[in-house]
Order: sequence, then C-alpha cells, then structure tokens
Amino acid sequence: MNRTPALRIADLVKRYRTGEEALKGVSLAVAPGEIVGVIGPSGAGKSTLIRCINRLVEPTSGRVFLGDLELTALSGRALRRARRRIGMIFQEFALVERLTVMENVLSGRLGYVSFWQSFTRRFPPADIERAFALLERVGLIEHADKRADALSGGQRQRVGIARALAQEPDLLLIDEPTAALDPKTARQIMRLICEICRERRLPAIINIHDVVLAQQFVERIVGLRAGTIVFDGPIEALDDAALTRIYGEEDWTTVRQRAAAGRAWALDAERLEGFAE
Amino acid sequence: MPLARPGDRRSWRHRTPRARLLLWFGWLALVALTVFAWEVMNRDTIWAFVADAPRQAADIGARMVPPRWSYLNELVWPLWETITIATLGTLLAVLLAVPIAFCAARTTTPSFVLIRPLALLVIVGSRSINSLIWGLLLVVVVGPGILAGILAIALRSIGFIGKLLYEAIEEIDLAPVEAVTATGASRLQILDYAIVPQVLPTLVGISVFRWDINIRESTVLGLVGAGGIGLKLEASLNMLAWPQVTTILIVILATVLVSEWVSARIRHAII
Repeated sequence: MNRTPALRIADLVKRYRTGEEALKGVSLAVAPGEIVGVIGPSGAGKSTLIRCINRLVEPTSGRVFLGDLELTALSGRALRRARRRIGMIFQEFALVERLTVMENVLSGRLGYVSFWQSFTRRFPPADIERAFALLERVGLIEHADKRADALSGGQRQRVGIARALAQEPDLLLIDEPTAALDPKTARQIMRLICEICRERRLPAIINIHDVVLAQQFVERIVGLRAGTIVFDGPIEALDDAALTRIYGEEDWTTVRQRAAAGRAWALDAERLEGFAE
Repeated sequence: MPLARPGDRRSWRHRTPRARLLLWFGWLALVALTVFAWEVMNRDTIWAFVADAPRQAADIGARMVPPRWSYLNELVWPLWETITIATLGTLLAVLLAVPIAFCAARTTTPSFVLIRPLALLVIVGSRSINSLIWGLLLVVVVGPGILAGILAIALRSIGFIGKLLYEAIEEIDLAPVEAVTATGASRLQILDYAIVPQVLPTLVGISVFRWDINIRESTVLGLVGAGGIGLKLEASLNMLAWPQVTTILIVILATVLVSEWVSARIRHAII
C-alpha cells in the first residue's frame, strides 16, 4: 500500500517533569477512515498519547505526522492552523458551561475567524449554517439557545461532538467519551460517534476504558500498558491472553459473560422505553 | 498518638505530649500578651475621663437631638458627590484591576519572571494603603475636590478587586481552556471563550461588593478634603453643630443601607 496514513506516530516518548515516563516509544499509524480504540488501565498513558498528537501535551521526543504535515515540528500560528484540522472530544465534555449551546458549537470555528469576529459573535453565515446542521445531526436543534449547563450529560457530550465536527477536522481525538455517562447513554454516544466517523470517512482515535463497549463499536484495538503498546490488531484477535497482557491477570470469561448479560439488560430497557413512547 | 505497648492495654491520646506542651505554652503566651497590652493601655489612659464618659455621652446625645432636618437641602449635592466618588472610583479601579489580575494569575500571566511579580506588587501596594491615606496624598498632588476622592478610591480598590479576581482566575476549570485551545484558537480567543465566561460572574460580584464598601469609605474622604459629604461632616463637627451632625449620620446610614440593598440584589441576580 502506498497510501499515506491519515496519522503516523513514530517513537513517541513523554517524560513528565516528575520523572514519570508516560509514553515509552509509541509508534502507530491510522489509515484514512479508520477508527482505533485505545484501551488500557488508568495511568497507561492513553490521555497523554492523544494530547501529544495535538500538542496540548508537549512530547519529549518522537514525531507525529498528520498526513504529510509534521505536527511535532510546528509552533505558534502554524500549530494553531494544524490544530484546526484535529477535533477533540473530552471525558467531562469540557464545554464552557455559561455559554450557550450555539456559542459552544461555534467555538469550534475559532481557528478560522478573526478575534474581532469571535468577540462580537458575528461568525460567517456558512459557519452558522454548518453549526445548525450539526445540531440537527446530533439531535439538539431545539436547544441551540440554552446554556450548556442546562443540558443533561448525554446532551452535553452531543454538544462536544458538534463542536469538534464544526472544525471540519481531518482527524478526531476522543478521550474517554462515555466515562461520565450512564451505560445506555454511553452506548448511544459511542454509536453516534462511530456513525458520524463512517459517514465522513473520518479517522478517529478513541480512548476507552470499557473493553466491552470498545468491542461493540471499534474494529481495531490498540492496547497500552505502562506507556508501551502491548497489543495492536483487529477486535477478533483480542482474546483472553491479549487482555491479560494489557490489564494483568483477571477471569476474562466471567467478565465477558457479565458484560453480555448487562448488555442484554440494557437492550431490553431500551426496547421497553421504545414501547412506552 | 497511637501507641501500642505489647502485653499492655493499648492507649490512645488525641495529641502527643510534645503537642500538648506546645499548646499549653501557646495559651500562656496569649495570657501574658493580654496582661502586657492592658499595662500599655493603662499608661496613657486617664481614668477620671473614662469614669466621666457616660455623662459626656449623654450630654452630646442630648445636644444631637432633634436632628436639624432643614439641613438636608444642603446635603443633596455633597451626597451626590459622595456617590459619584464611589461609583467612578470603583469603575476606574475595575478597568485597571482586570488587566492586572490577568497578569497576576498563574493560569494567564504572560510572564512569570517579570510581569507576574510586578502585578502582585501593584496589588499588595494598593491594598496596604488605606483610602483615607491615599486621599491625604492626592489632595496634595491634585488639589482638594472630588477628583482626589475618585483617585483615592480607585487606587485602594485596584488591590482589592485585583486580588479577588486573580484568585478566581486561578481557580477556573481548565478543561474548557484545553478544549478551546484544541480548536486552534488564539490566546485572546481562549481568554474570551474559555476564561472570561467562567470569571465574569465573580468579577461583577466583586465590583458591586467593592462599590458598596466604597460608598462607606467615600463618606469619610471629605474629612481630608477629598470632596463629598465628609466635608460637611467636618464643618459641622468643627462648629459643634451637633443637630447637623445627626442629620449627616442619618443620611450616611440611609445611603449605606440603600447601597447594600442594591448590591445584594445585583449579586443575587447574577448567581
């Protein structure tokens, strides 16, 4: 294959000032349109990994390429321009609570407009049209003028998704999108994210601690343990041995059975609600 | 002090013997200080005067009633001046304190080595000098009148507003800042979208609270010649016109009550 990957990470190392080594030489390539689930215990370096890509965290060494553009070589305005192409979705939504839903979505356009335009909230008509379309897509059109803190958890994450998509990104970085949500909402959000990525052929890296949820929505899994990739392969290859390599010893068969039971229950609950409507 | 002696009953005390001893000495020092301070006060107090105090108070009290209500006419303009001093002084202070607070806050300062210490110095300097003293200095510098009063109030308030605001800026939720940074926004845009919305209610609250304090402070600024109702108070005191003093005190009380009500309403509305 001579196609350039959408994202290429080479020998990424991050050592924090405390001396802790969060990433110990991580290499990874994401093909165009590919959705990669990154799993691993807390503290494995998942958050650090995706933050090193858009340089919210400064990597100690290693290189990151978005298409042909070397992100690790950029600074100042060039870095900001590159960040516009990378959408990010957060665990606790990271919305600006006191701004309206619309303002939060439009903040995805900040990299494209002048300070004065953003300060007076006079965004170009195309941006506003796009923001409305996105709110329609995530099902929040009637909440556009509400303040973000008036929404429920699932709705806030939808705003977070719309904000990331407003950037018209070439890559999505998604950090534990469902950790702050209940199981049913978590599955709805995961489904929405994956649907949108497939619609737009948008490559994405999703950090996710819930193995079962990952298996349900993602084709490729990367297992991170103590800053090192210990598994990288299709979801079918993620067997008990691989899970033990990532998380350590655990009775995986039971975990899976319990999760399957939980999933059946959640599906039941969803169906019952469907009847009630 | 969890202490386990093998074979014996386990004993537990809230404090170690050392801590108990230190605590005891602390109380002893406090008592000694109180006795000493009492001695110092005694040296300069003439107790005959103190014994006479109730009679003196009753005497002045009797002269102060009834208040001279006709004097109210002459108080309207000075009262207006006082409110002007407080309001414009607070406004000026807010305008100056906001950039200083952003320079002083760890989360937003442009430079840790140069600008932050400078901003902190301005804040400490402004806070350590009472507005009455600022007033004394400014009456000399810009001459008597309400300009001196406005500047005195502003200089004192910069530190107050700056300190509370920069502490609020340091305590904001950093997640939205990270999110807005990730969109490719510039520093000013991050400030406008992620930081200002989080501290704006605090800023309004602080400003209104300071305005409320400044109404009180500006009532006495006239004593040093910085304009307002304090000038009338000083004049009436000098003339021993006690019924006028009563009228002024009642007017000040009413103004403070109104300002407190207004500031409470505004703070209630923004939370």
